[in-house]
Amino acid sequence: MEYFLHILILIGIYVILSVSLNLIVGYTGLLSVAHAAFYGVGAYVAALLAIKFHSPFLVNIILAVVFGGLLGAMVGIPTLRTRDDYFMVTTFVFQVIIFSIFNNWVSFTGGPMGLPGIPAPSFFGWRIESHLDYLIVVLVFSLLVVILSLRIGHSPFGRVLKAIREDEIFSQAHGKNIAFFKIAIFVIGAGMASVAGLVYAYYISFIEPTSFTVMESIFIISIVIIGGAGNIWGSIVGATFLVALPEALRFIGMPNAIAANIQQLIYGALLVLCMLYRPQGFLGEYSFDK
Amino acid sequence: MKPILYIENLNKRFDGTVALDNFSLKVQGASITGIIGPNGAGKTTLFNVITGFLPPDSGSIQYNDQQLIGLPSYKIARDGIVRTFQQLRLITRLTVLDNILLAFQNQAGERLRNIFTFSRLIKIQEQANRKKTQELLDSLEIRDKENALVEDLSYGQQKMVSLLCCLAAGAKMVLLDEPVAGVNPETINIILEMIRKLPEQGVTVILIEHNMDAIMRVCDNLVFMDQGKKIVEGDPEMVRNNPAVIEAYLE
Ligand SMILES: Nc1ncnc2c1ncn2[C@@H]1O[C@H](COP(=O)(O)OP(=O)(O)OP(=O)(O)O)[C@@H](O)[C@H]1O
Ligand SMILES: [Mg+2]
Repeated sequence: MEYFLHILILIGIYVILSVSLNLIVGYTGLLSVAHAAFYGVGAYVAALLAIKFHSPFLVNIILAVVFGGLLGAMVGIPTLRTRDDYFMVTTFVFQVIIFSIFNNWVSFTGGPMGLPGIPAPSFFGWRIESHLDYLIVVLVFSLLVVILSLRIGHSPFGRVLKAIREDEIFSQAHGKNIAFFKIAIFVIGAGMASVAGLVYAYYISFIEPTSFTVMESIFIISIVIIGGAGNIWGSIVGATFLVALPEALRFIGMPNAIAANIQQLIYGALLVLCMLYRPQGFLGEYSFDK
Repeated sequence: MKPILYIENLNKRFDGTVALDNFSLKVQGASITGIIGPNGAGKTTLFNVITGFLPPDSGSIQYNDQQLIGLPSYKIARDGIVRTFQQLRLITRLTVLDNILLAFQNQAGERLRNIFTFSRLIKIQEQANRKKTQELLDSLEIRDKENALVEDLSYGQQKMVSLLCCLAAGAKMVLLDEPVAGVNPETINIILEMIRKLPEQGVTVILIEHNMDAIMRVCDNLVFMDQGKKIVEGDPEMVRNNPAVIEAYLE
């Protein structure tokens, strides 16, 4: 039972990550490979606050989101002048820098050993400890993220994001300050990813840098692309499928080591199939091949 | 009368080519100015400079006493100067409705504050804009294309939609880069009819066209340019009969 709840919690975390990245990648067409960095920043901010300051859960949530959002703006502003490949490279550099900070600033982040012993949070007297507790927390956050993202996606704001993805010049010619929209969506996406990091840190109660590598960013991008870029529901389905898949493999009795490899194979195969037969992904309306 | 747009001594070079050469022009409010000239004369470059997509090397553009040079293009559009592109630009993978809705200015739903507070203003304004969009589509007899994807429209219909986007954006001045080139005669009539009525609504028009017949039908003032220079300007009939123009158009 706990195992089943564990899978659901992971799915919830990846729903937050992929839905928020979809706003950046799928809606706005900004191929960012820095999402794991924002995920990690949320996790480290929450962990450090909880371990060193014992600050309340609510305060940590706010600080994690604010800090992630600020970093989002920091990456967003300089990358605005670059497009396409250059944008991706810039976000990649940022991702690598953040990872090195996690990995090398030993006195602060614990370095490769990570930060163990993150205390269980409590929320107005409710001590969040059991798997069920965490499932509730992750459900609340993912629901908030999904509702907000759907609202952004279906609003005139989302229409501008799509227009920027399709044709920046057309958008500018009709009075859209595209720099503002790009930074705004980057900040929102980064803030949401930080929430996922916070939930993860509390839930596992131990974090280490390897959870937030560029491979993790690529995994989240895979969810977005396979589920369907520009479609929030697609990311929800994609996250569920791709997170549950390795567990299902293990469930049918495949040894762990083999399951991990097969999992990689299946991701790869799915991505290639997507490129070949369904560039818009499972539920998406738009493909990337502009 | 004081001109609404006052272009003075614009210069723009690309490496070796001179695209604009001391180009000056006064445009009266609620009028239609035509710009003609051979390929490479600098017509599109002029539009790019006015709308802030290209910085000029030197010169000045006064619009209602405001200097446009140095302003980003989105601000110029907000100030009421909206253009179409010779190489059509529309969001082809979205519907006609979405393209036109995008063009409206001051949308409550583009402000995050309203989205986060679930403001009712968004829906109200969106409905009003939808209604205006339908009226705009009606005026060009393409109401039935409202929910079609732009990529599924004919070339002429796409040109119509890009013109409607300018109007939806609340343009006080529209710059049309070859609005009827490559369009069938029936559609040309509909488009020209709409352009001709714009000054009555207070909208000033500058249009680039190679189609001399279309020019003669709508323009109040005509400019002939070549190699970045203004060669002749004035009454369309007079400009058409200018020897330089006759020579350029006989080639
Ligand atoms: N971005 C650019 N970079 C380099 N050269 C350019 C650029 N834009 C225009 N030119 C050159 O400037 C000159 C004027 O071009 P422009 O597009 O303004 O001409 P035009 O009058 O619109 O011609 P057409 O009738 O063919 O549309 C041409 O020689 C063109 O090659
Ligand atoms: Mg041109």
